[in-house]
Amino acid sequence: MPIKNQIKQSLIIAFWFMILTFPIMVIKVNTIRHTIDFRWANFLWVGIVTFFASMIWNYFLRRNEEQKKTDIADDIPLIHKLLQNDRFRRPFLGLVAAFFIAYPFVFPMYHTSIMISALVYVMLGLGLNIVVGLAGLLDLGYVAFYAVGAYAYALLNLHFGLSFWVVLPMSAFLGTLFGVLLGYPVLRLRGDYLAIVTLGFGEIIRIVLENWDDFSNGPRGIGDIPAPSFFGHQFGQHDAMIYMYFIVIGLVLMTIFFVHRLEHSKIGRAWIALRDDEIACQAMGIDKFKTKLTAFALGATWAAMGGVVFAAKTSFINPMSFTIWESITILCVVVIGGMGSAIGVIAGALVLILLPEYLRAVAEYRMLVFGALQVIVMVFKPDGLIKSVRKVYTFKAREE
Amino acid sequence: MEPILNVTNLTMNFGGLKALDDVTIRLEKGQIAALIGPNGAGKTTFFNCITGIYEPTTGEVQITPPGKNTQSLKGLKPNYVTERGIARTFQNIRLFHGMTVLENVLIGRHCRLSSGIIKAMLQPPSQKKEEKKAVFDSYEILEKIGLAKYVNDMAVNLPYGAQRRLEIARALATDPFLLLLDEPAAGMNPQETKELDDLILWLRDNENVSILLIEHDMKLVMSLSDWIHVVDYGKKIAEGTPADIKANPDVIKAYLGEESDDA
Ligand SMILES: Nc1ncnc2c1ncn2[C@@H]1O[C@H](COP(=O)(O)OP(=O)(O)O)[C@@H](O)[C@H]1O
Ligand SMILES: [Mg+2]
Repeated sequence: MPIKNQIKQSLIIAFWFMILTFPIMVIKVNTIRHTIDFRWANFLWVGIVTFFASMIWNYFLRRNEEQKKTDIADDIPLIHKLLQNDRFRRPFLGLVAAFFIAYPFVFPMYHTSIMISALVYVMLGLGLNIVVGLAGLLDLGYVAFYAVGAYAYALLNLHFGLSFWVVLPMSAFLGTLFGVLLGYPVLRLRGDYLAIVTLGFGEIIRIVLENWDDFSNGPRGIGDIPAPSFFGHQFGQHDAMIYMYFIVIGLVLMTIFFVHRLEHSKIGRAWIALRDDEIACQAMGIDKFKTKLTAFALGATWAAMGGVVFAAKTSFINPMSFTIWESITILCVVVIGGMGSAIGVIAGALVLILLPEYLRAVAEYRMLVFGALQVIVMVFKPDGLIKSVRKVYTFKAREE
Repeated sequence: MEPILNVTNLTMNFGGLKALDDVTIRLEKGQIAALIGPNGAGKTTFFNCITGIYEPTTGEVQITPPGKNTQSLKGLKPNYVTERGIARTFQNIRLFHGMTVLENVLIGRHCRLSSGIIKAMLQPPSQKKEEKKAVFDSYEILEKIGLAKYVNDMAVNLPYGAQRRLEIARALATDPFLLLLDEPAAGMNPQETKELDDLILWLRDNENVSILLIEHDMKLVMSLSDWIHVVDYGKKIAEGTPADIKANPDVIKAYLGEESDDA
């Protein structure tokens, strides 16, 4: 598009926005003096800002298009290049490890606490990534399994005194079980229908927790959930936080380890094939339903473990922690980070969870910012911040 | 000897439309047979009925895999049909975009691998060995089909002709005794078509597969096929050797006539 047309278009957009925002940005009714103030300066500002925003937007769109034309082959994300290069991999991973190990000792407890939350989202994101990113099943009720894990720990501890370390593996099993139970009826649906039904299921679990007073203590929730112990030893508040931090780091590493293995195994390939083309996938001998169910159940496994960690960390849970917004936040982590890309999801979780914590001003508009980010990412980087890269196999030249 | 594929009185209705009407087709072991007919005649529907993507309204589909008993495919889901040894390609290429060429072929191996989820996570030696062998076998198939140089490329980035060959490679990876090819030469240039001709013959002679192909390229059909079935408006109107078919007045009227005008 020639520059002249672009200016024209941006002018039109700016003008349109000026009219659109006129009632809220310009007109101000003074209820005390019964007068109407016209804030014409705002009028001008809206126009100017929209004009430049539109110009910049167009500029990036064009640059993006041109880039696509020039380098099709060379689109491997920088971080993958770093990790594939032997010279950089070690020092890079060393730096990352050093940072995360030093983190709780360098920064105050408040920051450690926030980092734990973010890391739980890394776990949740990696779990949901199996369902949405790899298998292509839009699951809007993921939070249900998170709740299952959290309530499993809270209730089993309350009634039977079971400790964190006992419940953690149990919750993994429970998550899988619930994944299968919920997945069985709904996975026959496709696309949008699946999204709506899973959304419904997620809400059902929350509403049950809210109303089944005898079981879950209703909206009052459950308190005094103990932090994890260290071979029977219970730490003081500060040390407990640091301990929790390293448990979560361990769990995240375990998640990365297993998810990576799954992704590049027979079952992981089947997930991706199913996402790409259901019919061809079945024609290649893959059981569609079983493959979907495994994805759904494995995703639930990690959500439930995340739930246990969440309960142990906050020491209080109630149904309000498991609303649809939680599902959507986790979904944003996956989509913005990069569908199907583990590194992308990790980056997505850290960015999306840490940013609002530190930019308190933004926190209120969290969903607005997520939405805007979503649009920007979808337009400029449809594969997410860090897109997925498939494994490269090497073959020695065979002698004939 | 029993035919390896025995389709009797197959009928497929879509609402009021009879896409297939009482079609009977047999295929002998080692045969290259062609299924021809004008567009919309019901050829792809025939493939879909055999492979379990559609469930035929009436009729019977039986197979006799080499060295095994005769069995019915009726009501089986597509993945079970593939497990029983029938593989196919698609008229409109359906490769897996998010995967490399090698992984596309690996998907074909899927139903011949046994390791489950637990093994995938723990990776015991048996799983590693199986995975390694699967990768090796898939690479070998790519070498045979002539796609080894693309092994780590994303499937979507391949040239068109190579994508069609990759579909064949992927189908071959499922260890079929019968290969169904839906318009494998569509969109290929004469050079690529020639190579496809060689490939199909080579497959029959060296991989022990019988082949049923749908094709519009008459030169290819006539030179390759041992036997030709002709359908028109869902009905089978003729079958025979290429020479018979060329001489059959019904066929000329329904199909070859229009084609040979502009050829
Ligand atoms: N799923 C379907 N639903 C309704 N009609 C269909 C369906 N699949 C195929 N048909 C119809 O069946 C007829 C045969 O189609 P097809 O088998 O694709 O023909 P071709 O011989 O060109 O491969 C066409 O009229 C087509 O519109
Ligand atoms: Mg067709």
